[in-house]
Amino acid sequence: MSIRRAAIVGGNRIPFARSNGPYAHASNQDMLTATLDGLAARFGLQDEVLGEVVAGAVLKHSRDFNLTRESVLGSSLSARTPAYDVQQACGTGLEAAVLVANKIALGQLDAGIAGGVDTTSDAPLALNDDLRGVLLEANRARSLPARLKALAGLRPGQLVPAAPRNSEPRTGLSMGEHQAITTHEWQISRQAQDELAVASHRNLAAGYDRGLFTDLVTPFLGLTRDSNLRPDADVEKLAKLAPAFGRELPDPTMTAGNSTPLTDGASAVLLASDEWAARRSLPVLAHLVDAETAAVDYVHGDRKQDGLLMAPVYALPRLLDRNKLTLQDFDFYEIHEAFAATVLATLKAWEDPDFCRDRLGRSEPLGAIDRGKLNVAGSSLAAGHPFAATGGRILATLAKLLHQKGSGRGLISICAAGGQGVVAIVEA
Amino acid sequence: MAGAPDRYRDLVNSSFGAPLVARLGLPRPAMLRRYHPGQPLLEGPLLLGAAGAVDSAVPRLAQLLAAAGADVHQTADVHEPAGGPRWAALVWDATGIVAPAEHAALRDFFVSTLRRLGPSGRIVVLGRRPDGADPVADAARQGLDGIVRSLAKELRAGATANLVQLSADAEPGSVEAALRFLLSARSAYVDGQVLAVGAGDSTAPADWQQPLAGKVAVVTGAARGIGAAIARVLARDGAQVVVADLPAVGDALAGIANEIGGTSLQLDIAGPESPEQLVDYLRQRHGGVDIVVHNAGITRDRLLANMRPELWDSVLAVNLESQLRINRALLDAAALRHGGRVVCLASTSGIAGNRGQTNYAASKAGVIGMVRSFAPAFAARQASINAVAPGFIDTEMTRSMPRATREVARRLNSLQQAGLPVDVAEAVAFLSQPAVGGVNGQVLRVCGQNLVGA
Repeated sequence: MSIRRAAIVGGNRIPFARSNGPYAHASNQDMLTATLDGLAARFGLQDEVLGEVVAGAVLKHSRDFNLTRESVLGSSLSARTPAYDVQQACGTGLEAAVLVANKIALGQLDAGIAGGVDTTSDAPLALNDDLRGVLLEANRARSLPARLKALAGLRPGQLVPAAPRNSEPRTGLSMGEHQAITTHEWQISRQAQDELAVASHRNLAAGYDRGLFTDLVTPFLGLTRDSNLRPDADVEKLAKLAPAFGRELPDPTMTAGNSTPLTDGASAVLLASDEWAARRSLPVLAHLVDAETAAVDYVHGDRKQDGLLMAPVYALPRLLDRNKLTLQDFDFYEIHEAFAATVLATLKAWEDPDFCRDRLGRSEPLGAIDRGKLNVAGSSLAAGHPFAATGGRILATLAKLLHQKGSGRGLISICAAGGQGVVAIVEA
Repeated sequence: MAGAPDRYRDLVNSSFGAPLVARLGLPRPAMLRRYHPGQPLLEGPLLLGAAGAVDSAVPRLAQLLAAAGADVHQTADVHEPAGGPRWAALVWDATGIVAPAEHAALRDFFVSTLRRLGPSGRIVVLGRRPDGADPVADAARQGLDGIVRSLAKELRAGATANLVQLSADAEPGSVEAALRFLLSARSAYVDGQVLAVGAGDSTAPADWQQPLAGKVAVVTGAARGIGAAIARVLARDGAQVVVADLPAVGDALAGIANEIGGTSLQLDIAGPESPEQLVDYLRQRHGGVDIVVHNAGITRDRLLANMRPELWDSVLAVNLESQLRINRALLDAAALRHGGRVVCLASTSGIAGNRGQTNYAASKAGVIGMVRSFAPAFAARQASINAVAPGFIDTEMTRSMPRATREVARRLNSLQQAGLPVDVAEAVAFLSQPAVGGVNGQVLRVCGQNLVGA
């Protein structure tokens, strides 16, 4: 069996919106369907039977067990296009792309769409666990008295619904609190974080201004640009913000300005074999070359070296070695800005000789990157971060950047809840 | 997309309102017959008459009309017994006349037939284009212009009258296409117009129901209103349509693209790199383009005394300069294929002028000048470039007008109603046909024969 590289034909996303804003009443299915429709319109995919559509959401209603398939059915794609859902926290979007690309590489598919969507506005509220227990018990009861006895367990307090938690089940700490520990341990300064945030906003705004996103974004519900974007962001303004995470730690540095806000949005990427694209006279922006995942034991591991969002640090060297590349062999670095400090801690770890020796087993550190190549079109701090939609945003943006450059190589690094991470190489 | 409903027209056509309006002598706008695929050319018989000392410029005209689907009757049948059919169309071939006295035959033909012209009836007069060779013949030929324009103002019940003016070398295929258009319901809102047909490249379609089959079209400003209607009609007629509009309306644009099985292109046509981007896109995705419809346009109305520079500049940039630059790029890059068709949206404001619209009228009159000037260069490449000038068309834009102004504006034409976006789209689709290369450098008005600025 021969292996072929999967081509990235193009992408589409809706502008990302801060939670409880313009998309407050849009469901995951609404947003994913609109995103698929925008992609179909861009590439003339109406009634097209694609190999597969793979997408997912991190916050998902139980009724959305077939979210992606339902979105396909509601879209202009052929109803004969199969679909399935994946879920790997913030890695969902990129993982979906890797799955589609691998099937293309193996010849199992000729073309498919990878995507992701998330809403923190239309979030699922579940029945209170106590109430659920009572109702299930009553359902199991075989006689009326037994049923009444079970229902006698109802209490007013059980009416409080269970909201989805933005915290790790095993530590009870939110992602921000976890990152605050990592930030502190790696001694990432407030100044550096704020500077990274400002660069993200300015780069994203410049991308819009020069038309970079003209064929990557389709407006939705009146929004034409990411609502979190602040083109005039500056370090002085950010410096005034109060710390939001790690406030019990000495000298807390993480604020709402250098952390991503809760966001609603969706993205999708069209992947195909080169032949499929050529048959339809569609462009090939770049190829998804290889990917690697890793996980850290953030529950029992080292406070500094096993931070919740540090898994990409471990995934990358394996990916580089397999592809016989060094960290410096890239023209663009797309490191997901869950928090500004996540990016900075990741880079610092790769530059740290002790860490690289002790934990990555390397005689030399991976080294520093040219910061001028980092998130050159902005990233999650500016665009916002609808969890599962971030991978598709980054992949399509990077493919376009490489296509505009003409040739080159890009690296994607995305951290995810549960101590996981996905890294990938894209080439044009 | 939808304009304001025409409640007055609906009242006039109701069983309650019709007698009332008739008694009061108020305008009586008709429900116009409009085209849908599979519809017969005409709902009733067509009567063909001819005059002239010399031979007709259109040989086998009766056969041609019959082939188009008309039930053709010749002059001899005029004095049919009462109770006979109402004519769906009256066609008068005056291409053979050489002197004004020969108009008498035309007069007799219409005097005896006009009262039996059916609803949404069609009158088409064929004449030769004055050519400066013979003052007597030219006087007779030009006379047709006055007859048709006046007759159009007399007609009622949605009937229209138009003149097809042939030059000596008129392309027969284009004449046929023009007759099919003007006789059909596709020309519902084209009234009192003179359509000049000359030489040009013409290819008859394999199927007149799908005259644009196999063609690639791009429509700018296609997210809504007239542009969306144009995209739908071009797709209906068989074209593969690229719909283009500003990124800010990309969601509506995607909706149109998915509806018609086309592709969406988010593009600000006034941007400095847009002509190159558009040409690159068309070449990569389609290997070129056959039909380009310059529909995108904006209004920024102000009295000239109050006109701010940016209002002036933006209207000129979007409505005119973008068309100039894209047309130039299409020619330079040879992206417009053999038999290419370019249709530019002008406006009756560019012909008659409109208070508060010096900037808009400058752009739209400029489009007309551009089309005329470009025509020879396009003809040299077996292509054509024409303008369509809409009059008062019901769109979202007119919906926001004050009601009284809108009601008055709607009645100020021979059909006593506003046109629909689809009426403009039908004219654009006609000029996009491969058979219509003999129409080049022309302005086709879709205005119901506006009473002002004729």
